[in-house]
Amino acid sequence: MQQALAEFFSFSDPNIRYVLLGTLLLTGSAAMIGSFALLRKKVLVGDAVAHAVLPGVCLAFIITGTKHPVPLSLGASITGWLALVSIDQITNRSKIKEDTAIALVLSVTFGLGILLLTAIQHTGNAEQVGLSNFLFGKAAALVSDDLKTLALLGLMLIIIVLLFFKEFTLVAFDKAFAQASGLPVRRLELLLTSLTVLAIVVGIRAVGILLMAVMLITPPAAARFWTNHLPTMVLLAAVLGMIAGLAGSFVSYIAPAMPTGPWIVMTISVVAYGSFLLAPRRGLLARRIRQRKHQKKTLTENILKLFYELGVTEGSVGTKRTLYDLLKSRSMPTSRLVAGLKRLQKHKMLQQEGLGWRLTAAGSRKGKEISQRHHLWKLYLTQHLKTEADHTHEDAESIEHIITPELAEELRGLVKLPVTGKSTTQHTHWTFEGAGQGQPVKTPAGE
Amino acid sequence: METVWIVLIASLAAINCSLIGTYLMLRRLAMIGDAIAHAVLPGIVIASLLASSKTSLVALVGAGSVGIVVTLLIEFLHGQVKLQPDAAIGINFTWLFALGVILISFLSKKTDLDPECVLYGEIAYAPLDTWVGPGGINLGPRAVYVLAAMLLVNLSFILLSYKELSVTTFDPAFAATIGMNTTLWHYALMGATSYTTVATFEVVGAVIVVALLVAPPATAYLLTQRLHKTLVVAALLGILTAVGGCYLALWVNGSIAGAMATTAGGLFFSTFLIQQWHKKSPQVPISPVT
Repeated sequence: MQQALAEFFSFSDPNIRYVLLGTLLLTGSAAMIGSFALLRKKVLVGDAVAHAVLPGVCLAFIITGTKHPVPLSLGASITGWLALVSIDQITNRSKIKEDTAIALVLSVTFGLGILLLTAIQHTGNAEQVGLSNFLFGKAAALVSDDLKTLALLGLMLIIIVLLFFKEFTLVAFDKAFAQASGLPVRRLELLLTSLTVLAIVVGIRAVGILLMAVMLITPPAAARFWTNHLPTMVLLAAVLGMIAGLAGSFVSYIAPAMPTGPWIVMTISVVAYGSFLLAPRRGLLARRIRQRKHQKKTLTENILKLFYELGVTEGSVGTKRTLYDLLKSRSMPTSRLVAGLKRLQKHKMLQQEGLGWRLTAAGSRKGKEISQRHHLWKLYLTQHLKTEADHTHEDAESIEHIITPELAEELRGLVKLPVTGKSTTQHTHWTFEGAGQGQPVKTPAGE
Repeated sequence: METVWIVLIASLAAINCSLIGTYLMLRRLAMIGDAIAHAVLPGIVIASLLASSKTSLVALVGAGSVGIVVTLLIEFLHGQVKLQPDAAIGINFTWLFALGVILISFLSKKTDLDPECVLYGEIAYAPLDTWVGPGGINLGPRAVYVLAAMLLVNLSFILLSYKELSVTTFDPAFAATIGMNTTLWHYALMGATSYTTVATFEVVGAVIVVALLVAPPATAYLLTQRLHKTLVVAALLGILTAVGGCYLALWVNGSIAGAMATTAGGLFFSTFLIQQWHKKSPQVPISPVT
């Protein structure tokens, strides 16, 4: 195994070099064009096109009687194209929905292909051996003639994508804007679709008809989790696709009888699942950690606010409160409350005394801050967005943990703060402003 | 006699698929059906290795559960990982299918599966695998029993929960408000789909089964307005597909499953085109004044 690895990666065998270069170009170009298909939500259509390639290949073989890559690719492109048109026509002209149309075209064209393929096989024509390699792909079976044609097509694909990168980006993200800026959107979409068909036709030799769609879907989807920048994403998708291609051609090298496609797919799928789970920021793990952090913050802030507001209504912020007191005014799972109290104690916001807890000076400041944010948001909603006062509480409950000090300052400038005691709203507890801390309410200038 | 068995097996497979496929189509789960049909492959390979016979009950149960696993994985990527739904479908079933193909290539000596037959089954050999009764009596092909049992399960599932399936299909929001468990019905249907694809696997393979799941219901949908009629017409079209497919396969000397998919597609496209043609040349209304 180790020896095979060393031999493979020394690239000394010209055959290996050919197969490798071919596979890399095929998988890389498919991943690039797949990025746009993914953004346009057209990847499953790609699956249908890949399946529809089979009858084209078989028909081309029946007509020409050879396995020359040019007629086979031409036949494949034609039926691939027809599949796209049929899906479009069926969804636009009947009550049948897109998913049914895709599944229908995919399976029927593939069935037709299988019928033709088996019929060819039963004729006993010696030339047909190897046609079935189209099903699962066999990189090792690529001869240098095929590779030259396919590599050329792959290279062409990459160049076209690079040339029209800006236009494709616009069409993928904002079709209406592209139209308004005078781009020939329909023609660009046609070009993108044709390139997708071409990428599939080119790629099936290595990956196979059944799994070709993976090269369009999985590398871009994985790349999407690492970046928000489209050029980076396309490049990364191509690189990931190529890594899978490398793995595939290596398997082809050590076990020539093995179909290549499934190995390419397994490699890229592992990479993709890794990205989904582990990517920074967008990955599941990173998001879960962020959620957990926010939950903790929300809990501690809610407890501080509870202490503070209870204190304000009773007239003394520093009162000692037991678990029972706290749970009476705000129901939450006791275990969570205890965990929150302990955390606050560690941060010196609370002080434990016997069975109760007491706000420290820092805790009281923080509690006041949160309570103010809550009420600022309520006022903003009632005064500026004309929301009914009794609908504002829920919203404020969640936003109070997100408002930054800068934003709070800005809100303070926007809303009219009611004067203590003369408040006509039902939020009489706004009067906490004057009650506990002895700080006068600041009214904004011009009031 | 063999031809009769083949037509019977093909018809049973097609009816099973048409009935379940109608609900998949109406719930816009056609591509999920496609995903399930592909994803059961590793389950079938492992099950056939363990049970040494592809049609045993153990194999059926084990393989069918992989179909439900793939729907859970799709749900996970879409709901938790926040991947767009089409990509979530495309990524999951393909790796399971690839895993199945790899397993077959490794174990091809130990099982009687080969990578190509998983695509289109081997219905022509199905009549040879007969079930021999206690007294050494030949009771006919095993596949007939498996598919008939599956049809019984599917029919009773649809007939017994016709109302529930209809409500959760056409108005899931309403179903939820009257206290129905829409998730349960969703997974019941997914389970039925998995087991149907597993039961028909030997006959039509993992890919062509999609044509039977989707094409007859889609054709029936073009022709009917009411659910019960759609189901009946879909089942009848399934039989037509099976019979037509067998003849087409005989004629071109090709795969029966491939021919069935082609026939099903032919029925759909001719219905579609005839309807389009009628739409394009609307009858000139008779004018009251001549």
